Amino acid sequence: MEHAEGQQHPISIYLKIWILLFVLSTMSYMVDYLEFQGYLRWFLIITFMLLKAGFIVAIFMHMRWERLALMYTILLPPLCLLVLISLMAIEGDYTFLLRAVFFGQESVVPFEH
Amino acid sequence: MSDSSQIDSQGAVAVQAALHEIVDDWSADKQVFHVPWGKAMMWIFLVSDTFIFTCFLTGYMTVRMSTTVPWPIPSEVFALVIGGANIPLVLIAIMTFILISSSGTMAMAVNFAYRRDRVKVGVLMLVTAAFGVSFVGMQAFEWTKLIVEEGVRPWGNPMGAAQFGSSFFMITGFHGLHVSIGVIYLTIVALKVMRGDYDKKGNYEIVEIAGLYWHFVDLVWVFIFAFFYLW
Repeated sequence: MEHAEGQQHPISIYLKIWILLFVLSTMSYMVDYLEFQGYLRWFLIITFMLLKAGFIVAIFMHMRWERLALMYTILLPPLCLLVLISLMAIEGDYTFLLRAVFFGQESVVPFEH
Repeated sequence: MSDSSQIDSQGAVAVQAALHEIVDDWSADKQVFHVPWGKAMMWIFLVSDTFIFTCFLTGYMTVRMSTTVPWPIPSEVFALVIGGANIPLVLIAIMTFILISSSGTMAMAVNFAYRRDRVKVGVLMLVTAAFGVSFVGMQAFEWTKLIVEEGVRPWGNPMGAAQFGSSFFMITGFHGLHVSIGVIYLTIVALKVMRGDYDKKGNYEIVEIAGLYWHFVDLVWVFIFAFFYLW
């Protein structure tokens, strides 16, 4: 690994990733433009998002050339956030159901004053 | 059969070597990360920033999932009329391309920094900062349009769920603040590069460290674009 001289890589790899990010962004914009809905939309959005994020971190931020000790220190802790996200998704769903039960009836049966 | 078992044993050797490297790095009773300290610290800061942005986005997810009022459709809210045609989300798409381009020029600047090409580094960093300024400018335009024309406020808006405004202003505002700080940071480093400060010190690490921050700003936008604008 080239730590003595720092991170030196051929320019062409940055240009290729740059173009790739352009293509991926265009594709995720097309998801909205072509009005894909439902699970297909979610699948495409998240796939393009993760690919873009992966290329930025791996190549532009040089992560793939770093030693494993640094890689794991930086990339593993954010995985804890998946727990937070899942908990809050469950919580959000629950709140929505409660609101549907309590507020929903008001809109069905109008108040009589 | 023998081929696949050979590949398996090669894989096992590679995993073992990787584990050895990690154990060595952590147990050698000296510096763990074999990178300049400034770079390690920037990475640690970026991890903490990841947590902050994820908290914002998770909060947004929770309010959006739990509201019974329909959420304003981002594709329509952020559409612009250009030449008589209504193009959905067009400003956001342009902002995305600008930020990606700025990441590209920043990556090139880091590359030239290791070749000690003072002028090219300075120019590329200033170009990156200029992209950043145009991004913030477009964001200012977007905010103005939303506040003045659409009547969006942090506590409500005419298009649907009240939480739309607060989520939008908080998330894009915090990101815009990061871009603005990045522009200042990059400009300062670029001017110091051009003045020859880092030739005297003999290392250009700061350019890569500034680059890490800038790429992170782009990285956050990837998630905001997916979750706020495309959901």
